[in-house]
Amino acid sequence: MKKILLMSLCLLITGPAMAAKDAMKSLRAQSLEVQDPAQKLKNYPRENLNQPLSYIQQPPLIPHQIRGYQIDRKANKCLSCHSFKNFQRYDATKISVSHFLNRDSQALADVSPRRYFCLQCHVPQVKAKPLVENSFQPTAALKK
Amino acid sequence: MLAIKRFFKMLSKPAVHFSLGFLTIGGFVAGIIFWGAFNTALEATNTEAFCTSCHEMRNNVFEELKTTIHYSNRSGVRATCPDCHVPHNWTDKIARKMQASKEVWGKMFGTINTREKFEAKRLHLAQNEWTRLKANDSLECRNCHEFDSMDFTLQAERASKQHSTALASGDKTCIDCHKGIAHELPEMKGVEGYH
Repeated sequence: MKKILLMSLCLLITGPAMAAKDAMKSLRAQSLEVQDPAQKLKNYPRENLNQPLSYIQQPPLIPHQIRGYQIDRKANKCLSCHSFKNFQRYDATKISVSHFLNRDSQALADVSPRRYFCLQCHVPQVKAKPLVENSFQPTAALKK
Repeated sequence: MLAIKRFFKMLSKPAVHFSLGFLTIGGFVAGIIFWGAFNTALEATNTEAFCTSCHEMRNNVFEELKTTIHYSNRSGVRATCPDCHVPHNWTDKIARKMQASKEVWGKMFGTINTREKFEAKRLHLAQNEWTRLKANDSLECRNCHEFDSMDFTLQAERASKQHSTALASGDKTCIDCHKGIAHELPEMKGVEGYH
């Protein structure tokens, strides 16, 4: 009985310390007190066509550079090619009708304000190694 | 009236006190000095330092320029204000400089001396520049961007498509698509090509 008590006491004291050594590994692989080395900035490729979708209802990625594209109250550079009015002339992807719906699913006469800021959902991509391994697979219907 | 009459009488008579040599050579030298001074002063107003010496330009359009490719880019070639806003050709330049006297008036009376006033005038000011560039077939762009030297195969697909058709045929000019290339866009509702 005494032995068991002593052993469990030992475990209680050393256990957390040993566990901490294994478990406390942050994703950044760097202790919190140390400043991470600055990552190299990544350049957007000028063109990045035909990027596959990963899941149903995914907002398609932007396949080109968008430096300096103004999207604010005054102007929306994206819509100067992708709007219903202009898409044919530029052979661009047409904005989906879903963007005309307000939150009550009523179709508006123009792009709904809640869908106006393109970059909230659509983003360009850089060729970057994922920081964490990811085994996600797109659904069979989307696989090429 | 009498003074004017006397002045013209003096002009129409040969000089009494000065030699012909002094008058011709002196006139020639004075001409060089006058012309040199005029040109130096003109060129001094044609620099970025001069444009941005006013807070109207420095705090609005110059700040906006700094993030664009015409100010910061990988090779360090850059455009200054007059490269795009003042014609390089002499007669056109003088015409533009005469127009600029209106801008001196604007500066004196503070037409755009606050951010709010500037924003209110932004569309009007932008339209002035768009009309000018449209009328001269984007001459100031073409001073650097030579169409004949464009290699479409090196351009992105969507760029080469537009440049080899609309631009090549002269149907469109640079400014038709590249509005807002160096400064923020104004309210674009109703502007052609915009939403």
